[in-house]
Amino acid sequence: MRRSLSLVAVAVLSVAFFPGCKPPPGNEMKIGLITPLSGDVKTFGESVKNAFEIAVEEANTKGGVGGRKIATVIVDDRNDPTEASNAANLLINQHRVKAIVGSVTSKTTIPVSDLAQSSRIPTITGTATNPKVTVADGKRKDYMFRSCYTDSFQGTVMAKFARGELQAVTSAVLYDASNDYSKGIAEVFRDAFTRMEGKVSAYESYGKDDVDFSALLTKVKASKPDVLFLPDYYNKVGLIAKQAKEQGLEAKLIGPDGWDSPDLVKVAGDAIEGGYFSNHYSPEDTRPEVVNWVKKYREKFGQTPDALGTLTYDATNMLVEAIRRANSDDPGKIRDALASLKGFEGVTGKFTMDENGDPIKSAVIIQIRDGKQKFLQVVNP
Amino acid sequence: MEYFLQQVINGLQIGFVYALIALGYTMVYGIVRLINFAHGDVFMIGAFIGLYAVERYQWPLTAVFVSAVVGCTILAVLIEQLAYRPLRHAPKIASLITAIGVSLFLEYFTSLRQVFGPNFYSFPRPFAVVSWNWHGILVTNIQAVIFFVTVFCLLLLQFIVFRTKMGRAMRAVSFDYVTAGLMGVNVNMVISFTFGLGAALAGVGGVLYGIAYPQVNTFMGFMPGLKAFTAAVLGGIGNIPGAVLGALIMGQSETMVSAYVSSAYRDGIAFVILILVLLWKPTGILGTPRTEKV
Repeated sequence: MRRSLSLVAVAVLSVAFFPGCKPPPGNEMKIGLITPLSGDVKTFGESVKNAFEIAVEEANTKGGVGGRKIATVIVDDRNDPTEASNAANLLINQHRVKAIVGSVTSKTTIPVSDLAQSSRIPTITGTATNPKVTVADGKRKDYMFRSCYTDSFQGTVMAKFARGELQAVTSAVLYDASNDYSKGIAEVFRDAFTRMEGKVSAYESYGKDDVDFSALLTKVKASKPDVLFLPDYYNKVGLIAKQAKEQGLEAKLIGPDGWDSPDLVKVAGDAIEGGYFSNHYSPEDTRPEVVNWVKKYREKFGQTPDALGTLTYDATNMLVEAIRRANSDDPGKIRDALASLKGFEGVTGKFTMDENGDPIKSAVIIQIRDGKQKFLQVVNP
Repeated sequence: MEYFLQQVINGLQIGFVYALIALGYTMVYGIVRLINFAHGDVFMIGAFIGLYAVERYQWPLTAVFVSAVVGCTILAVLIEQLAYRPLRHAPKIASLITAIGVSLFLEYFTSLRQVFGPNFYSFPRPFAVVSWNWHGILVTNIQAVIFFVTVFCLLLLQFIVFRTKMGRAMRAVSFDYVTAGLMGVNVNMVISFTFGLGAALAGVGGVLYGIAYPQVNTFMGFMPGLKAFTAAVLGGIGNIPGAVLGALIMGQSETMVSAYVSSAYRDGIAFVILILVLLWKPTGILGTPRTEKV
């Protein structure tokens, strides 16, 4: 953190002292990526980086944008909001990028979005689902876009699924009070579940650094829920699931897209078996875009792409397409081109931006069976 | 009633782990009047040594504990000699700031990719989890291991402090280290030994923590360290039974607040209890007021 802070300080100072100095006019166009390559959601960050690199490489083999190659700057934010704003500062003020892809989680993307907005750098995240990423206090941040649906949609989808398919009458919710993503989905789920005449029998929060959930789980168990909704990332969900099983909790576990990691099963073992979560796409889908993408990713990285990587691939492609249409490296023109994108064919579906820069798309529901993700059904908005 | 007893057991589980860490704080404070902020990070190193012993070398459980104890002891003695000893006669604030520096160093140095790495690692269970149901109250063998290992460590500590020559030297140094030195006690050795002993308990605590909450990262020592420090202050810092009592109170109050009030108030109420106790008894529950010597 200190290092990047001092880099930012150097960058700011050098701009202040040498107003005439501009970076040399290279024949490349710089795009930045902010992604967590270490820390608690590292598997997200890695697949996002892989997908971003594939998309840029493809654009460059097709001749780049307007005859110029795309150069990339990739910065690690450790899934920490402070690190993320340092990273955005570094990209904007030192590297002078024309556009940013990222970050990955909502809590890091919200500070990035504020900086991008004030510096007028078009930014697109593949994966941050919290509504506050594109709108703050009812005001649209018009330089922010995303290629995923929002939490209000996925919270409702899971409430509907629990009430309908799983025929749950009572549900319990455990969420991280310090995490915008977790808190946001928990609220939407609770309201939607209650609206559908279900009962939320326990609604409890924990802190970011908590590892002991036994008191909460004993409380949840006593309230006898049919399902336990865990809106958090895989590492936390794994820990909770494991302790839930040891406490003898029998409720079905369900959750949002934060579960999408091979590490979930590594942490939770068989405790997560049979759990359901909502996601953005399934690699088992047979649409040609999906088949091609999965094949390409497997050839290069030897594993199946997760939804986060896939969404970032779509986000990067949309950005490249927008730059082509703008035919300029002017951030304002790139922004306008992104906002007017219609019917863009991506891997995770067809994109049309609504007035908030959020796409309107369907969700899929995935079950964990034999330690693997199995595609269950598609849910339309 | 079952619900209450189940929560008591949950509280005991976390309380015992806090106790193992709190003892290290309290012993070091009792002897050199230093709040060793790096203690929580020594606990983290213990958990990592346990992780390597279990995952990479698949050692039996006893060997896992012994390796963590040995590793943490060596580390703590090194920290004491390199960082704290040169400042023994400097103002207290210098040692305190150094302790914070050592803590940050351990956290960030070990999070380098060449050391432990910056990620979350899952701690494999060294034994299969079994739970017993007794009239609706669930007890797991993890809780049993935590209970027995902690009680064993406490008895051993009690034996060392009150039944051995080294223990007598520790008590003498704690009482008045200048006079103890004049009476022929090797003060430096005793202080190193105390750091090592505290760290050994933290090492055991680290392994137990890894077993109970199977995930480790290099910043994991911060919160348990803070809670254990609070527990030591609550029980009366410098007082060994006080640290255990304080830790058990912390564990129970956290659990009971989650169980009967709301998890959102958990840490808040635990600290309110601390403040109330300190208002009523500024030296902590079992602490004795220290008269200024002239």
